[in-house]
Amino acid sequence: MSFPDPIRLGIDRGWKVLDAAAMERDQALEFDVVVIGSGAGGGVSAEILTQAGLNVAIVEEGPLASSTEFKMREREAYPRLYQESAGRQTRDKAITILQGRCVGGSTTVNWTSSFRTPPQTLAHWRAAHGLASMTEAAMQPWFERMEERLAIAPWPVAPNENNDILRRGCEKLGYSSGAIARNVSGCLNLGYCGMGCPTNAKQSMLVTTIPAALDRGATLVQRARVMRFAFDGDRVTSCEARGVASGGAEASPHRLSLRARHFVLAAGAIGSPSILLRSQAPDPALTLGRRTFLHPAVVSAAVMPKAVNGFYGAPQSIYSDHFIEGVSPSGPAAFKLESGPTHPILVGITLPGFGAAHSQLMARLPHVQVAIALLRDGFHPDSAGGRVLLRSDGSPVLDYPISEYLWQGMRQALLVMAEVQFAAGADQVLPVHEAARPVRTWHEARTTIEALPMKALAARVMSAHVMGGCAMGADPRESVVTEAGRHHQLANLSIHDGSIFPTSLGANPQVSIYAQAARMAMGLAASLTRT
Amino acid sequence: MLARRRFLQVGLAGVALLGVARLMQRPEMPAYFRVLDGGSAPLIRALVPVVLAGSLPTREPERDVAIQEVVEAFDRAVAGLTPAVQGEIDDLLGVLCFGPTRLVLTGLWTPIEMAGGEEIAQFLTRWRTGRFDLLRAGYQALTQLIQASWYDNPTAWAVIGYPGPPQMPGRS
Repeated sequence: MSFPDPIRLGIDRGWKVLDAAAMERDQALEFDVVVIGSGAGGGVSAEILTQAGLNVAIVEEGPLASSTEFKMREREAYPRLYQESAGRQTRDKAITILQGRCVGGSTTVNWTSSFRTPPQTLAHWRAAHGLASMTEAAMQPWFERMEERLAIAPWPVAPNENNDILRRGCEKLGYSSGAIARNVSGCLNLGYCGMGCPTNAKQSMLVTTIPAALDRGATLVQRARVMRFAFDGDRVTSCEARGVASGGAEASPHRLSLRARHFVLAAGAIGSPSILLRSQAPDPALTLGRRTFLHPAVVSAAVMPKAVNGFYGAPQSIYSDHFIEGVSPSGPAAFKLESGPTHPILVGITLPGFGAAHSQLMARLPHVQVAIALLRDGFHPDSAGGRVLLRSDGSPVLDYPISEYLWQGMRQALLVMAEVQFAAGADQVLPVHEAARPVRTWHEARTTIEALPMKALAARVMSAHVMGGCAMGADPRESVVTEAGRHHQLANLSIHDGSIFPTSLGANPQVSIYAQAARMAMGLAASLTRT
Repeated sequence: MLARRRFLQVGLAGVALLGVARLMQRPEMPAYFRVLDGGSAPLIRALVPVVLAGSLPTREPERDVAIQEVVEAFDRAVAGLTPAVQGEIDDLLGVLCFGPTRLVLTGLWTPIEMAGGEEIAQFLTRWRTGRFDLLRAGYQALTQLIQASWYDNPTAWAVIGYPGPPQMPGRS
């Protein structure tokens, strides 16, 4: 049995693929629509726009990597497929951000967790952000459409032990939990989703919408970073891109100029604002790149009496919303509980400390269980998120100060995770914090965690979900795009990615991005084919 | 990891010292290193056995081979970072290589590659729980880059009980 590589087959069929890092001269190309970014937002938009008969270019900063080279090796995958070698950090280095940078964007490397936008989040957007159209009934057809397109369904296979520990611990304590739907088809339950699916079971943009768009004649420009837009009055006339080698340095001195009737920005919640900032796009209300959210996550590692082997099997199959469901926006910081896979580099750099103490824990790797708690940021006034800034070289960096409100939520989350892990039978629990030591009882955990100094670069904080910064809304004083995704000031620019959310979601974002992008792209296709 | 500005905020190292640390020519290294040089490569080589104590092979020549592989992987990892972050790492290694800043920030009177493992562990521990964000950031940068440079090495897998990725059907 071998696994066909749909990308290599497509290239053999004559797909139009251009490698900007290998350009030998300046080039200028023209399309109906240029889609910047090939992740959840860009992939869905490109498919829908090409289906409408439009001539589309998809521009991606990362490389076109495919299953033949997905070898389930962290040291190959992280530098090649992730932003900043999976080591992107907020400005003060307190939060490490896992974000894809390859064709398919984060969908190529995510852990397949599929949740609709929580009803409570939509209700908050209607109540606090004026998004009257964001009802469950209005969004349902878009969720259904994308769930069908990407084979998103409850997963019939039993969770791996790493996830089942979360389920059992919650059950013992009376905390609700549930099984996570996944976007997979014929999944072999290997567990290496984060390094690119070697069997193409994951229904990422890389194997679904992008091949469909390319089969209909779209052009893919890989390893191309869009530097800036050129404007004429309230219109974008072109965008300029440069070739990018691995590591992010400019590889090609040659410029690629892309002209189009319409531009769709889908470069993610750090990339999209950064392109507009570099372009000095209109930002009259100072909303651009502000209120950026991360679902900042804290981690609790447990050593279990029996082998867990959390490096094998679907990375995320169980969740608990017990500490998020029904928590009012004005209440304490709510958090979602999930598990994280235990591949050696990921665990090695996440466990605090060094030397013998660190090595002793690493030596128990097969027995290690990892719980994570994702905080729902952006709902409470004391959780205003971060801001995308440009460094002197034009590269973006997210300034995200963690508020006292969020630190208290993180302390609560560390307590709950330790409680759950001990309830599931853990021998030891290590709250992932520089000042913590492994503890052996829930009582000891409580005393330890309550005394931990919650501050930057003491607690280890991670993020895999960047959202906001180009919020949608009816009021241009509080948003960047309309509810249809159209830029308030620039007539032929749309934004279709996670940056349009006015808050974080309180759930893994891919399905919310797919659904919003589908809704916005259908509207855009209709307006572009009418004229 | 460390913007120069952060050093100044801390008030531990002055502008002049930092400027000098930056300008100091560090010896060149054989071409197989992409970013490390004759000053920073021995420094990382000295940190590796401390950060990975208890995980590296104990016998020679396996131990020496493993340490060398970690240093080379560290070099590749830094080369894969963006120019802006590479610059920050370079600043960090620069202040550790330059005597006056090293003394102020680590308390070590000798170059790090000549210090004992215990002394290195002490300065890393001080940085780990330091009052200043930049020391904690520097600690995390050094330890995480070294840990990331080791734990995907199959020699490490034997120590930590990781069987490696599953064999794929249809692949050699």
